[in-house]
Amino acid sequence: MAAAKALREVARTRRGSWAAVVGRRCLSSGSGGPAAERKEGGGGGAKAVNLFTAVNQALHIALDTDPRAFVFGEDVGFGGVFRCTTGLADRFGKNRVFNTPLCEQGIAGFAIGLAAMGNRAIAEIQFADYIFPAFDQIVNEAAKFRYRSGNEFNCGGLTIRTPYGAVGHGGHYHSQSPEAFFCHVPGLKVVIPRSPREAKGLLLASIRDPNPVVFFEPKWLYRLAVEEVPEEDYMLPLSEAEVIRKGSDITLIGWGAQLAVLKEACEDAAKDGVSCELIDLKTLIPWDKETVEASVKKTGKLLVSHEAPITGGFGAEIAASITERCFQRLEAPVARVCGLDTPFPLVYEPFYMPTKNKVLDAIKSTVNY
Amino acid sequence: MPACHHWRGLELGRAEHGVSDMAALWLSRASTQLARRAARRLPAGRGSGEPTTSPWFLGAVPPPALGSTAAVETSRRRGFCSVRRFAGESSAAAATVVDEEPENGFVASDQQAVHFPGGKVSFVAEMNFLPDSMKERINCYRVLDDDGRTISGSRFQEVSKELAVKMYSEMVTLQIMDTIFYEAQRQGRISFYLTSNGEEAINIASAAALSMDDIVLPQYREPGVLLWRGFTLQEFANQCFGNKLDYGKGRQMPIHYGSNRLNYFTVSSPIATQLPHAVGAAYSLKMDKKDACAITYFGDGGTSEGDFHAALNFAAVMEAPVIFFCRNNGWAISTPTTEQFRSDGVVIRGQAYGIRGIRVDGNDALAVYSAVHAAREMAITEGRPILVEALTYRVGHHSTSDDSTKYRPVDEIEHWRTARDPISRYRKWVQGNDWWSDAEESELRSRVRKELLQAIQVAERMPKPPVADLFTDVYDKIPSNLCEQEQLLRDTIMKHPADYPTDVPV
Ligand SMILES: Cc1ncc(C[n+]2csc(CCOP(=O)(O)OP(=O)(O)O)c2C)c(N)n1
Ligand SMILES: [Mg+2]
Repeated sequence: MAAAKALREVARTRRGSWAAVVGRRCLSSGSGGPAAERKEGGGGGAKAVNLFTAVNQALHIALDTDPRAFVFGEDVGFGGVFRCTTGLADRFGKNRVFNTPLCEQGIAGFAIGLAAMGNRAIAEIQFADYIFPAFDQIVNEAAKFRYRSGNEFNCGGLTIRTPYGAVGHGGHYHSQSPEAFFCHVPGLKVVIPRSPREAKGLLLASIRDPNPVVFFEPKWLYRLAVEEVPEEDYMLPLSEAEVIRKGSDITLIGWGAQLAVLKEACEDAAKDGVSCELIDLKTLIPWDKETVEASVKKTGKLLVSHEAPITGGFGAEIAASITERCFQRLEAPVARVCGLDTPFPLVYEPFYMPTKNKVLDAIKSTVNY
Repeated sequence: MPACHHWRGLELGRAEHGVSDMAALWLSRASTQLARRAARRLPAGRGSGEPTTSPWFLGAVPPPALGSTAAVETSRRRGFCSVRRFAGESSAAAATVVDEEPENGFVASDQQAVHFPGGKVSFVAEMNFLPDSMKERINCYRVLDDDGRTISGSRFQEVSKELAVKMYSEMVTLQIMDTIFYEAQRQGRISFYLTSNGEEAINIASAAALSMDDIVLPQYREPGVLLWRGFTLQEFANQCFGNKLDYGKGRQMPIHYGSNRLNYFTVSSPIATQLPHAVGAAYSLKMDKKDACAITYFGDGGTSEGDFHAALNFAAVMEAPVIFFCRNNGWAISTPTTEQFRSDGVVIRGQAYGIRGIRVDGNDALAVYSAVHAAREMAITEGRPILVEALTYRVGHHSTSDDSTKYRPVDEIEHWRTARDPISRYRKWVQGNDWWSDAEESELRSRVRKELLQAIQVAERMPKPPVADLFTDVYDKIPSNLCEQEQLLRDTIMKHPADYPTDVPV
């Protein structure tokens, strides 16, 4: 194309910073290399797949194992804008897998009604940034359906999947991490996986859990995170945190995409002789205080990290609870390395983010407190 | 030449009426009840001259307090006239329940009708459900035929040679801008882009029919409106590159333009949120007695959001001078309009809210221009919202993140890109008037291309906004938590400069 050529000839004096940012994100969530290498393991196969494929597998299994399961949302029919629903409509038909009108409050409300009739309603909100029109339905309806009726009715079959978090070039409305809003709502569960294997097992558990679940998927990892995922149907327990690295000097806790950053920080800290214990919280409410408490009682120090703005983030809740439970054992104030108290900014994304080096600095100052 | 064309699988009759004809037609079709309602809501002095007695008119007698006997009585009656009739009672029996002088629009009724807020409602003996649709789809106003000739008998707003040529030039400029920015994204120079291909007539012709005092509340596929208003190619490039001259200070993704100077509210990604804003803005213009209206643009997908309902209902009730301009381009990302709504498109919905509307061929610049021109006139002089539905097609992918061949047939895209291209149709008309030549065409195209490449080069070289701007504008003044965070960030940058892009001044 002539325009393309002419444009290429315009000297490139400056590299777009967004491209640089995308390249900078560290990813070491899984052992697997790219694409599908097959390993024969114990029961059934496991393939190295990325996170959107793992989600897709979970949805296939959910629809396959329960004839009363439905998958729907904006653009899910052709596979979804992140390819998570690819092949579902072909396999299970348009009555069970379908596009909805562009209306998040409608998606959530419809899903609640469907779930209340004893179905598994698996709704997709295209971006977590667009979940707010559905906020009333989720907060005032889904979360209170059981309680307000004395368990005459419930919508426990409801699962809302939605991609969240930074992606390098998303700006205000394709980057937010709104999990804390939902953690303030008794009656909901909030689940966030860190990797493909986790995503599949936690999503299946969320779908089958008899409570409404908001399931945030780290969209940065959809393509980038690759690891071996068992092909069979399996679930990982909700409300159980996992110690994914043992250590003795400080406890680090996070969820979702931020785990990859924390992992790198642990490795770098180890080079400086600091031994970090790393915990993936996985379920934010109701959360596994015991695991975190046990770890902090051992290390005497805690660092919490998330992408969402620091003020009122879920890190604040963890800090308060652990201070209550471990006050005598804490040797330093709980550190929080989080997003800034600004809207999510495009060109400033690298400044906004809770980067590995911000985490490392906080580890050092906490350990040396 | 076919008398109508297929649009999303259905025949659309083509209306060959001028704008005033259309309005007259609409009015004559409207029931007397609707006409009376319309007359009543004109403010005193402008319409009937008599202040309204309807208690639901703004500022008039409030409805009776809930809990009072009158209220209970009334609400019982309100619901039950019709219910009892369904249960088989005679209409006479149902009607006589209401028998006293009302305070709230429920006027004492005779045997055949009930006076209900909004006017008289007749009783009938048959159980008639309203049909889900009319027999024929609402027709579509058009001026230019496929060959760019004015349809005989068509009425449209005159455009001078100068205006006509300017409209054409801006349509071409928009097209070139889209081509080059799209390519810039493909080359990795900007992070995102979204074209208006196929919707150039909507963009430019609607903008041309407005005045600069009119307030624009865009979705995102209307940069041509901003172009028309005088946003320069350099200003577009600055935003897409998020450099320090971008008015949004590099905070938003490309294509999120905005300009206070040009009365163009900044684009926000969430769909349809701008619609209620437009009503508020229009109400303000009305309170200030400005000779101006607000116009808001949105897609077919946007009409499914709750904000669409909120905005139309508010606009009708508040009598706000706002134009709702729907670009019905057949697709919302991968979702076709058949999976978006089952109404006859969008324009029909105006009626349910008490809003006048028109369907227009969105690929006919003269029709769009004329319809918006007339809509603006009515909105301002009569203090009312108008709904315009332009039928068109999203010729490009949804955005640079999308590949639309995954979900729609290539020949459908090709058909609209070629046979229905709004620019070439309009060019035929302009050239048919001897207002434009091939030589001018190639001069224009090469000039715009050169200007744009130059603008891109400048924008790309320009530094990003400084780190300080990360913290401004969250509030009017920077609060203490952000002061603290800025200091911490600056310390981190000093310690780890390699983590940060070099083109953002610290
Ligand atoms: C509230 C909200 N939900 C979802 C999205 C994601 N999204 C962006 S554009 C779009 C489709 C919009 O279609 P339409 O209104 O027809 O406009 P068009 O793109 O066709 O111009 C969707 C679903 C969004 N931006 N905001
Ligand atoms: Mg559309």
